[in-house]
Amino acid sequence: MAGKSSEPMMVKGKRLDGRKTNEMRPMKLKVGVVPLAEGSAEFSMGKTKVIAAVYGPKEVHPRHMMIPDKALIRVKYDMLPFSTTDRIRPGPNRRSKEISKVMSSALEAAVYTEKYPATVIDIFVQITNANAGTRTAAINAASAALAHAGIEMRDLVCSVASGKADGTVMLDLFQPEDNFGEADLPVAIMPKSMGITLIQMDGDLTKKEFAESMKLVNEAMPVLYDLQKKALINGEASFEGGKIK
Amino acid sequence: MTLINYDFQKELISNGKREDGRGLNDYRDFSAEVGIIDNGNGSARVKFGNTEVIAGVKFSVGTPYPDSPDEGMFMVSMDLNPLSSPDYEPGPPKPAAIEISRVVDRAIRESKTLDFKDLSIVEGEAAWMCSIDIYPINADGNLYDAAVIAAYLALKDAKFPELDENNKPLHETRTKKGLKLHNIPMMVSFAKIGDSLIVDPTRREEKIMEDRIHIGTIDNGNICAMQKGGLKPLTNDELLEAVDTAIAKGKDLRKLLKKV
Repeated sequence: MAGKSSEPMMVKGKRLDGRKTNEMRPMKLKVGVVPLAEGSAEFSMGKTKVIAAVYGPKEVHPRHMMIPDKALIRVKYDMLPFSTTDRIRPGPNRRSKEISKVMSSALEAAVYTEKYPATVIDIFVQITNANAGTRTAAINAASAALAHAGIEMRDLVCSVASGKADGTVMLDLFQPEDNFGEADLPVAIMPKSMGITLIQMDGDLTKKEFAESMKLVNEAMPVLYDLQKKALINGEASFEGGKIK
Repeated sequence: MTLINYDFQKELISNGKREDGRGLNDYRDFSAEVGIIDNGNGSARVKFGNTEVIAGVKFSVGTPYPDSPDEGMFMVSMDLNPLSSPDYEPGPPKPAAIEISRVVDRAIRESKTLDFKDLSIVEGEAAWMCSIDIYPINADGNLYDAAVIAAYLALKDAKFPELDENNKPLHETRTKKGLKLHNIPMMVSFAKIGDSLIVDPTRREEKIMEDRIHIGTIDNGNICAMQKGGLKPLTNDELLEAVDTAIAKGKDLRKLLKKV
């Protein structure tokens, strides 16, 4: 965590963007944005924006990556050069490779990979605008894209981060809270079984704060789940002012 | 692309028709949006039918080149990312991606739409570096024309960040100052299939094309960039006809841009 801000992150019980501690940013989810892909989705939470596309199941290249009895789930997470305040060099880096790896496992848990032996399912994710929470946004988009592609899944995967800023535990951190906060805890969950498929954490949390953070994430799951389901049925869905439309 | 498709499309085109019902010189429906990326200094999203690209402009500060101390720097990069088409693979940019980046760069640069002297901050010491990154979202043919328009619109949308006393950009504070653009570069791409040239080819048409030619024009109808790619030779007459079409289509496209 980058260190303390000179400005407080909480004013009169409200966050800098006016949200309550257990409130997520407004969200939008639209499927089918990449017609050439088997499945695709565009997702935004606040100013964080992401596009995901799914190709496959198809033949595995390179051949040595092929797994005889199940599908290989391969994620490529990529931040576009103009998505951050300072331009970033195009192409993979250590951070994007790590995120791609943990995302693969987070999503694979939900896919019946044994139904597609010796194939690969490629998931490409692009962050078009970054404002904290890009990996959680990427997982929501990728989960919706997988379902949109008609891949057989035991559940959707929903993801949001919680954390601590200014000593307060809060849900879905945005940029200033992420930059100057004390802890960040991205989590992905399969809502039907409430099985956790991704968890990462950096910063400083007491045991009590950790439990509190997890509670906020768990309570957010029904909203994320309904949003994905609604978008898959209607083509698009949004969440604003506590309501899904 | 299967042989049966090849024969079917070739037959259609030789009769002046296309599989989506367009005439040989018709573009697909065009739409565009600007200011779509909050962290970009300028951005645009452009669609021709199912083809969609996004472009973002980022400003940074660098040292000007020794041979042009009073000018800023400019660079266009485009990646054919695997998200946008089953034809593309992950990895470092392939020759096709480098070619399109360079052709789009030339079309913008040589149109003289930007005066690089406007990008100078302190002669010989500091100048703006203007980077345009272009990414296809759905690569359904004719990325060249969409990329040039997206790059132009992103430049038009761009606003400089504030500079601190050491000429470091403060990205959090945007000024209202934009770039002065002197021209609208427009690219018109043709695919040669059989003996016909068609504009704005789709991905399926690009799969069976035997040759392609990209022609960039500026407001006054002059040509500012050209690129041929493909194996089949073009005749002189075909080329002159393509130039005529490119100038006329460029004019039509400029009219559409006024509405963005």
